[in-house]
Parts: sequence; structure tokens; C-alpha cells
Amino acid sequence: MGLLSDPQCRRALGRLLLRLNTPLCVLSYLSGLAWFLLLPLLAPRTYLSENAMGSTMVGEGSDLGPRALALARDFGEHRRREGGIPVSWLSHTMFQLGLEVHSQPFARTLPFPDEAHERYLVRGTNVFGVLRAPRAASTEALLLLVPCCEGGKNEQAVGLLLALAGYCRGQIYWAKDLIFLVTEHDLLGTQAWLEGYHGVNLTAMQSGPFPGRAGAIQAALALELSSDVLTSVDVAVEGLDGQLPNLDLLNLFQSFCHKNGLLCTLQGKLPPPEGPSGPGYAQSLRTLGLMVLGQAGGAPGGPHGLFLRFRIEALTLRGINSFRQHKFDLGATLEGMFRKLNNLLERLHQSYFLYLLPSLARFVSIGSYAPARGGLLYLVPPILISGGAGAALYLWDPLYPISDPKSPCTPILTPFLSPQARGGLLYLVPPILISGGAGAALYLLPVRGQAVATQHFPVGEAEAVVLALIGIYVAGMALPHSTHRALSGGGQRGWMTLKLLALLALALLLTCLALLNFSLGFLLGVTLVPPAAAVRPGGNRLPLALLLVLTTPGLSLFMAVLLERELLEAPAGLGEAWQRFLGALGQGLLQEHLHGAHLSPLLCLGAYPCWLLLWNVLFWK
Amino acid sequence: MAAPLVLVVLAAVTVRAALYRSSLAVFIAERVEVASPLNAWKRVVEGLALLDLGVSPYSGAIFHETPLIIYLFHFLIEYAELVFMFKKQKLLIELDKYAPDVAELIQTPMEMHYIPLKVALFYLLNPYTVMSCVAKSTCAINNSVIAFFILATIKGSAFLSAVFLALATYQSLYPLTLFAPALLYLLQRQFIPIKLKSKSFWLYTMQYTSLYLCSLVVIICLSFFLLNSWDFIPSVYGFILSVPDLTPNIGLFWYFFAEMFEHFSLFFVCVFQINVFFYTIPLAIKLKEHPMFFMFVQLAIISIFKSYPTVGDIALYMAFLPVWSHLYRFLRNIFILSCVLIFCSFLFPVLWHLWIYAGSANSNFYYAITLTFNIGQILLISDYFYAFLRREYYLTHGLHLTRQDGTEAMLVLK
Repeated sequence: MGLLSDPQCRRALGRLLLRLNTPLCVLSYLSGLAWFLLLPLLAPRTYLSENAMGSTMVGEGSDLGPRALALARDFGEHRRREGGIPVSWLSHTMFQLGLEVHSQPFARTLPFPDEAHERYLVRGTNVFGVLRAPRAASTEALLLLVPCCEGGKNEQAVGLLLALAGYCRGQIYWAKDLIFLVTEHDLLGTQAWLEGYHGVNLTAMQSGPFPGRAGAIQAALALELSSDVLTSVDVAVEGLDGQLPNLDLLNLFQSFCHKNGLLCTLQGKLPPPEGPSGPGYAQSLRTLGLMVLGQAGGAPGGPHGLFLRFRIEALTLRGINSFRQHKFDLGATLEGMFRKLNNLLERLHQSYFLYLLPSLARFVSIGSYAPARGGLLYLVPPILISGGAGAALYLWDPLYPISDPKSPCTPILTPFLSPQARGGLLYLVPPILISGGAGAALYLLPVRGQAVATQHFPVGEAEAVVLALIGIYVAGMALPHSTHRALSGGGQRGWMTLKLLALLALALLLTCLALLNFSLGFLLGVTLVPPAAAVRPGGNRLPLALLLVLTTPGLSLFMAVLLERELLEAPAGLGEAWQRFLGALGQGLLQEHLHGAHLSPLLCLGAYPCWLLLWNVLFWK
Repeated sequence: MAAPLVLVVLAAVTVRAALYRSSLAVFIAERVEVASPLNAWKRVVEGLALLDLGVSPYSGAIFHETPLIIYLFHFLIEYAELVFMFKKQKLLIELDKYAPDVAELIQTPMEMHYIPLKVALFYLLNPYTVMSCVAKSTCAINNSVIAFFILATIKGSAFLSAVFLALATYQSLYPLTLFAPALLYLLQRQFIPIKLKSKSFWLYTMQYTSLYLCSLVVIICLSFFLLNSWDFIPSVYGFILSVPDLTPNIGLFWYFFAEMFEHFSLFFVCVFQINVFFYTIPLAIKLKEHPMFFMFVQLAIISIFKSYPTVGDIALYMAFLPVWSHLYRFLRNIFILSCVLIFCSFLFPVLWHLWIYAGSANSNFYYAITLTFNIGQILLISDYFYAFLRREYYLTHGLHLTRQDGTEAMLVLK
């Protein structure tokens, strides 16, 4: 309490912070970054925490290869004949395998046409079969999902699903229901099925009454196979809004890969060589970077991503044919995983929910990565003192003596204590209102105003949305000039207080994001904190303006697209990156409307107004 | 004066009406920070339904409101929305009149003139109040009863003050502790010295006490005759005192009692509950010359330490902050503390989401924020208290203190 109530002590602290402000800022920022770069070296090996899955042995006896192939061929034929998912054939086959079969039709009109998938009015049917557990009441269930995409890409997976269902039907040890689900229109179908299963309607999805249910789903696996030959399996973990499944599910998969000699990749990257080595470190860092980018983007890494919001632990497995020598059979691995999950006594909860993965075999827990975030957030107190120095000190200690001319605080405090500076804070209202309004316009107008835009301009609806987004974004940057014409600013005190408010809002945003989606919080922190600490009006504005423009959330997204291609070792040119950027904008908006993702509202209503406030500070007169 | 007031009221009503109609209303009504088991509108509806069916509303474990409230709503159900809106306005108008009384010599009349407006602004546009109003929490009614009580006290009407205090006590029990500041204030108004030997002191105290007790007895008997049973006593006051409902909220009770072994709980219930009542004694001794400040501190203590606090309770004492704006220059940590309170208010829903929906956090996370929030409130109140004492000291000794050796001296709290 001495620090808070003893004036001597507080003044000493204030003076110290003021004097050391710049070095403290730089030091904490750099240490945060350095800590992040060190993470691959600090990552321990993963281990299974769940007793029910760890110590029990299961032997897999299935050899599904030929049967899966035959079923897949059949499915492909019927599908080509019907031009869509062959509902009756699928139901019939599942019924013959001894499952309880249901189908769920659904329809959804997108808010604007989706150019990446070429769809607008979507109609589809999900088909699923339930294998009732012979050894327990239907209180719990496990799920295997195969999204049936256009172009016959996933036929092998359907074949494998049916073959596995047939095999499992013959086994007697199931204590949880098994649900075998084939969805249409990948994420849309999955969303419709999940909403129907849980009896909620979160998005504007139209579907009939849900036909049949099994127990509470404990875990789910999604399967995507591109061909019948399988040389490696890529596993995707990131879910909607950066949610992650319990690490134990991944550990389980990894242990089976180990057992069956399956080659696994994460983010399309092979496991780095063991032991400390330069290339190994680079590989881990690249994988980690891809994971951070994927998680920050908030888009689900696969169809499993939608399950996480319903508290169902889920993974997507993607079979990859990269023309290597070894060929694998995924059937035995799937069977083994389901049998281990079948042994679960309670929901997966023992292991970590918040982690980052530099490779499949190593993980960084929240305890290890928190200092990286901490390093960035520690910036906040120093920047509070630096930017809003006067305002903060004034608010902190109104009786601050400014009689001492040598004190470093005097120049900052003078504008606050001079008699003419007294008065309201009314001059702060227009910049705040305008920044908030610009954010709201950015959030609401592009989708709502697309009809008007297509009437008046020769563009398609999807283009209109994306172009309106960019237009409003750029227009927001012109605002400080027009706002200052309307009123006389509050002078030095004005910009200091405004900066203080902007920094507080930014700190609040980053704190909440660091908890909700670490990667997004970290990336926003890395980009926004340096300009936020440095910004001030007057002097040579050009370098600061450049810095601010370079770190604006929109441009950061563009940079992220470039960086992602770079990390995937498939660098994109500016033109291609621009196309991808436009696509990402459209997809980001669609994600919000179709699945309720939080990224676009967060950026529009949180990060963008914050950034605009800083922009206002820069052009304060 | 009237024009800005009307403007504020209009703005406040518009915000509430807009939120009522929006999809956010349901979300807000379900927030644990806004609706407690005592005052959730959902539970009032349940009680009403039981009453309509001719069953005692207290026969289930859901309803914990007092009988008068349920009969009040029985009549008012159609006008529910209007009722909630009017509560706010009444409060505003009465605070209006009382605020200048407490303003001190140092304040210019100009500043005093704006205090009622500021109080109205603080209460009506406080996001906490707006949320508890939109959630239709009955907390608004408790707040307005307490506000009426304060108004009656300031106007010097011992009878009305006692009646409203009895009503407030009847509603939520804890306002019992406001008895001491009210008595002190009324004594001060009558120019009766507070001396234990003085006869007039005892006479007046007896008078006020008996008024209070009589009205309390009348109200409780009225409740009894309405329902024809004493069910409501354990269901309302037993529920408040023994804290059986451990739904998470912004208070300090739920986590502690959820973790504790059953056989210790009686002891710790006593320890926790005594916090509300205990501080009255030292405060009454220290602040006997300043009953209004005492009232403010006591309100804050109630809202921090009560068993089922909501943000509506916090909004009540926060509305009084502008009254003490003359203490502003003596406050030490107002900036840090307001940051703490704002950050916590945003972190509540975030951690709730992580705990309940995402499943990646647990109750410890949420309780950590609850603790921080309450520490922030406690520091805020002690900061105000210390500022008040410091100001008193400066008033008697002059603003520029010098040590014996002539250098500038400073007041330090050790």
C-alpha cells in the first residue's frame, strides 16, 4: 500500500517510469518477440494425460482396404448418376450394414454469393447412420464425419467410412454410440447437422425437424482423402475462432501414428529432425508460425472446427498422396482411435486446451507462451506514461508539484495545470464518435448495402461487398482532416488525453483477445503496439504516418497472406497475394454470417476504431 | 437546469427502449453479473405463475422475492416495462433535491448547481444501471426505495425516513445498517448533540427506532396476511443469510462456499456476513459528524459484501460519486482504480465464455476476476475515505502545511 498511498514513493516511481520509458518500451517489446522466437526450443514432448486412453491396450483387427475401395467406386458411380449426394443409395447401404439411418435436408441462402465455392442458394442433404452401442444406454456417442464435396474428391473417405461402419457393426465392445455422418456442402452441411442435433438455431439455417439422435458426442473425427493411395496424413487442429481441441485427442492420434508407422504432418510440414539443429529449429518455427496465422485467422482448419463450439473435441485428418513409396491403411488407425475413445469414462479434460504446436510431437503450453504475450502487454503501463503521460500523471496525482523546473515531468504536466487548460473534455467527443461510427459503418454497410452498390456500379454482388469494405476502410483514414475543421482542438492536452484513451482501448482489446484467441492477440499486439507507443502530433509526421499505415489491421491481413505463402514455401507474387487477400476478405465476412465467427466484428468494431483514434492523434492540431 | 435534465432522461429512456427491443435483451438478462437469484425477472415470473395457480410462490426453491413485490407485480404485470423505466426517473428527481445540501463551502454555487445533473447522469447513463434495467432486475426497485429513504432523511422527515428504511430492510435486509447514518443525520438536523449522557439524544433515538420497528412489523404482518403463511421468512431472509444458491456472481461468496466442506460452512457464513454489519460501528464513530459520507460508504460496503450482489447495486453507490467531486483532487488512485473496474467489467463475459462455453478455462479464472473487481471497489472506497479525512485535515490546518523546520510537509497514511 505504501506505493499507492505514500506520495513520495509514487512520485519517485512516476519519475523513474518517465525517465526509463523509451528503453522500457523497447526492451519489453523485444523481449516479447524474442521469447516467441525461442518457443520451439522450450517446447516439451507431448504425453497422454487421460488414464482411460493411455494405459489400456486395444488391438485392431480390421483390414478395410479392398472393401473400402469397392464401396467408394460404387458411391462414385451413383453420385455421378445423380449429380449430387446419392441419398437413397447411401441410406440403403447404411441400412444394409445394420445402422439406424436418417437424413436431414437443409437449405441456406448466403448473404452474398460465395465466389470461392461458387454458391449462393444452397440446398443439400446430410445422411447419417447410428450404430447403437450394444453395451450401454445411448447416453454418449462418437462421430466420424466425411464431408462430401463437389468434384468427387472425397469418395475414398466415404468408402472407408462405410467399410468401417460395417466392420464396427460386427464388434460387441462398443459402449458409446457410433455416428457415421456424410455431409454435403462441407462446412454448411456440418453446421446444419450440428445445429439440428443440438436443437439450436444459431445462424439463419433452414432445416426440417431433426430425425434421430444418439447420445452426447464425446469426440469427433473428420476425414478427407484425396485418393485411394495414402502416403501421409495431415492433421488440422484449429477450429472456429481459434478454438483448439483437447491436446489428448491429438496425442492419441499421434501415438497411433507411431504404432502403425504412419507418416504424419502438421500444417503440411514433416516433423523436424530431433535434437537441437538449425534446420530443425527453422522447420519448427515455420510450423509454429503457420499455426499462429491459422489460429489468428479464426477460420476452421477443417470441418471439425465447428464441433469445438459445441464442446465436442474434434480433429480433421487429411490423407495425402504425395507419390512416396510407403502406402498406409488408415482403417486400422481409425478403428484403434475409436476403440480408445470408447474407453473414455468422462469428457476429455485432462490435457491442455490452450497450446501451440511447433511440431506434432512437441507442444507449447499456455504457461510457456504467456510471457511472450506478457512482454507485449507490459508495454501498456510504459506507453500509458509516455503517450498519455501528462493525462495519466495528472489523473494519478493532481497535486503534483511542478515548481521544480528540472523535473522531467514539468514539460508534460504544464499543459494540464495551466489555468486556461481547465474545462470540459468535449473536444474528445467528435474523434471518438467518428472512429466508433466508422467502425460500425465498416461492419454494417458492406453486406447491407450490396443491393444499392450493384444497382449503381457495374460490379457483381460479391465484388461489391469486398470493394465497399475496402472503400469504407480507406475513407475512414481521411476523417481526421474533416473533423478538425469543425472544432478547435484542445491543444497539447487534447491529444494526450485522446492518446491515453486510445491506448486504454487498445490494451483492453489485447487483454481480452489474449485470453480468447492468443494468436490473434499476439499478431495484433506485434503490429499495433510500436505505432501506438510512438505516435504523437507535430514534427515530421511522414515516418510515423507511414508506420501507422503499414500496421493498420487491413494491411496486416495482407502481410499475413504474404507471410503464410512464404511459410508454406510457395511464395506468392503481389498480384496473387492481392487476389488471395480479396478472397480472404469475402470469406471472413461469410464466416461471420454462416458460422458466427467473431473475427470480422472484432476487427471492425474493436481494432479498426482503436487504430483510427491513433490516426487522429497523429493529425491533431 | 431543467432542460439538460430532460435531455438526460430522454437519452436514458431511448437507450433502454432500444436495448429492450434489440436481441441483446435476452443475452443481458441471462448474465450472472446482472441478475442474481434474488432479483432475476425470470424468477419473479415463476413466482407469479405459482401465485396464479393458487400455490404458495415459496413452495419451490426458485422464488425469493418478498410477498409485497409479488402482489405489486400481480397488478402491474401489464405495465412491467413502464414500471422499470419510471423507477429510474423517480430516483433521479429526488437525488436532484438533496445533492446541494451536502456540498461544502469550498464549492462555488456554480459547481453545486450542476451536481444533481451529474448524479442523474451517473445513474441514468451508467452502463451498469442500463443493463440491470434491460434485464428487468428487481434491483431497480430496491435502489429506488433506498433513494426515497435517503431523500426523506435529507428532508428531515423522520417518519418517512423510517418507513422507507423499513421497506428497504424488508426488501433486502442489508439496508438495516443504514439505520445508523440516518439517525446521525437526523440528530444533526435537530441540533441534538451526540452524547451518551444527554437525555434528548436518547429520546430522539428511541423515537426513531420505534418508528422504524413499528413500520417493519406492520409490513411483515401485512405480508403474512397476504399469503397467510410465514413461508416467506426462511425463503427470503434465510436465503439471503445462509447463501444456499452458489450460482457464480460478482460477489465473494459463491466460490468460497462451493469449495468448502459442508460442516465449516455455518462458521464461514457468519464470518462473511459479519463484514456487512461490522464496519458500521467504527464508521459511526469516525464519521459521526458526516453522516452523509457515512451513508455513502455504508452503501458501498453493502454492495461489495452482500451475498448476491449485482451490478445494479454498484450503480447505486456510483451515482453518489459526483456528490464527492470536491474530493477529487485528494484522490490518489482514481485513474488506476477506474481502469481496473473497466477492465474487469469487460473480462467478466470473456472469462465466463471461456469457462462455460469454450470449456478451456475453469471457475478459478472467473473468480480471479471477481476478486480483482472487488479489490478495485474496496480500494476505491478506501481512497475516497482517505481523501475525505485528508480534506477535513486540510480544512482545519490549512492547505500548505509546513514541518517544524519549515519545509513542505505531506500527509501520509501509514
